[in-house]
Amino acid sequence: MIGLNHYILVSAALFSLGLICVLIRKNAVNVLMGVELILNAANINLVAFSRFSAANLNGQLFAIFVIVIAAAEAAVALAIVLSMYRLLKSVNLDRADILKG
Amino acid sequence: MENSLTIQILFYSFALITVASACLVVFARSLIYSAFGLLFAFFGVAALYVLLGADFLAATQMIIYVGGILVLLLFGVMLTHKLYDMKLTSELFQFWPAAILMLGLFATIATALLKTHWFRGKIEAPEPTTAAIGNLFLGEYILPFEIASIFLLIALIGAAMIIRRKPE
Repeated sequence: MIGLNHYILVSAALFSLGLICVLIRKNAVNVLMGVELILNAANINLVAFSRFSAANLNGQLFAIFVIVIAAAEAAVALAIVLSMYRLLKSVNLDRADILKG
Repeated sequence: MENSLTIQILFYSFALITVASACLVVFARSLIYSAFGLLFAFFGVAALYVLLGADFLAATQMIIYVGGILVLLLFGVMLTHKLYDMKLTSELFQFWPAAILMLGLFATIATALLKTHWFRGKIEAPEPTTAAIGNLFLGEYILPFEIASIFLLIALIGAAMIIRRKPE
């Protein structure tokens, strides 16, 4: 039977994949994709606990707020990435070290 | 009905689609492949929401993630590369330490979550959730709802301010 544990495992796998994407990629846009994966993993957990553990809708509402924050985060982060590209002509995160003393 | 064979097959296929597409996002050499992997990962997560009885959330996921955030990320891919350089590669960096860290993290999370005895409530048959979510948004959650709208406005103005060309 499909229970809470199955959803938790899918969510843990998505979280680990998102984290490794943030760690091993050098391209800033690709790092943002990893962040989206991490937020989706958190959302699956919220909805699964809302269904199996709490039996009310609060978890789904939290998931909707997470989606709102993900949209705002994507907009602001892409603005930062584009201005970094305009400044450095590159989106390689290793090049973004001009604050280094 | 909840645990019938159909539900199991659906769950395993959508979970497989989600995790395999997430692997494509992480390990693909080309940024375009990563973006399309992300598309299918979002589809899979939306299908998992449907299996969890969250119909409104699944529709929201499809509209905002697939229609909004993914298009935004594709704009980011296209605007940060010269168009004649269509390889759009993104190199991997310190792969093996990160892979070991990922596997350890996954094992830790999985054992911790599976060994915990969660409180199990009564599981009811899934019902349409849209009306209830609307009532909660305009009732109990009115303050976070308004704060979220202000937050979105601030984020959009801030993004426009960051990206704007400074007048000489």
